[in-house]
Amino acid sequence: MLRYALKRLISLVISLAVASVVIFAVIEVAPGDPASFMLGVNAQEDTLEALRAELGLDVSKVQRYFNWVSGMLVGDFGTSYTYRTPVSQMIADRLWVSLPLALYALALSTAIAFPVGIYAAARRGKPGDLTVMGATQLGIAVPNFWFAMMLVLIFAINLRWFNAGGFSGWDKGFWTGIHSLTLPAIALALPQAAILARVMRSSLLDILGEDFMRTARAKGLSRRQALWQHGVRNALIPVLTIIGLQFSFLLAGSIIIEQVFYLPGLGRLVFQAISARDLIVVESVVMLLVFAVITVNFLVDLAYAAVDPRLRSRT
Amino acid sequence: MSRSLILGAFLSSLVLLAALVSFVWTPYDYAALNIPDKLQPPSAQHWFGTDHFGRDMFSMIMVGARTSIAVALVAVGIGMALGVPLGLAAAARKGSWLDELIMRGNDLVFAFPSLVIAILITAVLGAGAINAIIAIGIFNIPVFARITRGAALSLWESEFILAARVSGKGAARISAEHILPNVANLLIVQGTIQFSLGILAEAGLSYVGLGAQPPTPSWGRMLADAQTMFSFAPHLALIPGLAIIVTVLGLNLLGDGLRDWLDPRIRVARA
Repeated sequence: MLRYALKRLISLVISLAVASVVIFAVIEVAPGDPASFMLGVNAQEDTLEALRAELGLDVSKVQRYFNWVSGMLVGDFGTSYTYRTPVSQMIADRLWVSLPLALYALALSTAIAFPVGIYAAARRGKPGDLTVMGATQLGIAVPNFWFAMMLVLIFAINLRWFNAGGFSGWDKGFWTGIHSLTLPAIALALPQAAILARVMRSSLLDILGEDFMRTARAKGLSRRQALWQHGVRNALIPVLTIIGLQFSFLLAGSIIIEQVFYLPGLGRLVFQAISARDLIVVESVVMLLVFAVITVNFLVDLAYAAVDPRLRSRT
Repeated sequence: MSRSLILGAFLSSLVLLAALVSFVWTPYDYAALNIPDKLQPPSAQHWFGTDHFGRDMFSMIMVGARTSIAVALVAVGIGMALGVPLGLAAAARKGSWLDELIMRGNDLVFAFPSLVIAILITAVLGAGAINAIIAIGIFNIPVFARITRGAALSLWESEFILAARVSGKGAARISAEHILPNVANLLIVQGTIQFSLGILAEAGLSYVGLGAQPPTPSWGRMLADAQTMFSFAPHLALIPGLAIIVTVLGLNLLGDGLRDWLDPRIRVARA
C-alpha cells in the first residue's frame, strides 16, 4: 500500500508540473500585452517599460515561468495587474465562497444519492424503483443554472424564504452564510445526486448478480445482511470514481451557478479577470482548480486501493 | 421494446425533427424584431410567446435545437473516436509505460474542469460554437478512455479472454473482437450520457456568453437574456429550459432503452 501510494504521489507531482506548463503556455499564446492594456494605446514606451518591469514581464518567458511556479510553492501567486493586490489574497477571499459551496453541494448530493440508489437497487423493478428511476431521469435532464433560476423564482421571489442573490459573508455567523449558499448548493447538488443515485443503483445491481452474493445468501445471511456486508461495499468502487469526478464538475459548475446568484466566488473572479485581461489571476485560479482536482483524483485512487486490495498489486 | 425506448425515441426525434424542419420552415423569421408584440405569453399566434424584442420564441427554439445538436454530436464523436482506442490500448498493456502515459494524460485533461478548458480556449481563440465543440470534445476523450479501460481491465481477467490468449490471438485482436463488443453497451449508455451532457454544457457555455454567438439562436443564451426579466415574464426562462429538458430526457431514455434492448443478460433476468 505504501509503495503504491508513493508511486501515485510521484505521478501526482508530474501531473501538476505538466499542468502548470500547459496553463502557462496557453496563457502566453493569448494575444495582448497586459502593460499596454492597462495604460491604454497612447502610453509612452518608457512608461510601458517601467510597468513591465514592475509586473515582472521584462524577463524571459522561461524565467517568468519559474518565478510563477516558485512563487506559488511558497503561497505567492503574484500581484493582480488590475487591482494591484496580491492574487493569493483575492483567491483566499473568493475561496471562502466557492469551496464551501462545492463541499455543501457534494455533501447534499452524496447524502441524497446513497440511500436513494441503494433503495432502488434493493427494490429492482418494483414501483419504488420505477419512481426513483423516473425522478432521476428528470433530475439528470435539468440544467443546474435553469434549475437555479426556478429556485429563485419560487423560493426567493414568490415565497421570500431566501435572497435572490449575493452572499452575506461568514462574519455574520455560520448559519447566515449557509443560508445564503443553500439555494445555489441545492441547484448544484440535485442534478448531480440524480447521476450518482443511478450509478449507485446500477453498480449495486451488477454486484447483486455476482456468484459471491449467492454464496453469501447460501451461508445464511439475510437479504439485508448480504446487501450491506457484501453488496454495498463492492458497489462503492465505481461510485467513488463518480464522486471524484463530481468534485471537479461541482467546482466548474459553481462558476456558472455563481453567475446566477451573483456570488463573489472564484468563477466571477475568473470572468472579471478575463475581461480585464488580468492574466496572472486567470493563470493562478485555473492552476489552483487543477491542483484541487488532481489532488482529489489522487485521494480517490488511494481510496480505491484501500477498498479493493487487488488494485494495489496490479498497478 | 421497452416504454423508455419508445418514449425516448419519440422525444429525441421530435427535437431532431424541429431542428431539421427549421432549415426550411419556421412559423416566423426567428430574427425578426417586432417591438410592439414584445414579452407576450404563449398564445395562438405565438405558441411559445415572444421575447423582449418581440421575436417568436417557437421559431427561436426550433433554430436553437440545431445549435445544440450539432455541438453535442460532434463533441461526442471526438470523445469516442479518440477515447475508446486509448482506453482499449491502456487496458491491453496494463501497467506499461503506454498505460501510464494514457492514464496520466487522462488525469491531466480530467483535472481541467470542462468549463475551465472552455474559458482558457475562449480567452485565447475567442468565443464561438467551434471553440465550444473543442472544449466539450476534449473533455469527452478521457471519459470514454477511462470507462473503456475500467471495463476492459476486468474483462482481461476473465476466462474467455484467457481462452482467446491461449488460442494465440494478439492483444489488438482480442481488444477488437472480444473486449470491444463486451464494452459496447457500456459505451452506448455513456455515449448518450455524454450527448446529453454535451447539450447541457453547450447551454451552460452559451449562458455565460462563451457558446454560439449572436445572431445564431441558442437555448443557453435565451436563458441568459431571460435572467433579468423572468420574474415578470416567466415563459422567457421556462420555455428554453423545457426544451433542454425534453432533449436531454429523450436522449437518456433512448440510451437506457437501447441498453436494455441490446443486453441479453438483462432480457433473460426480466423474463
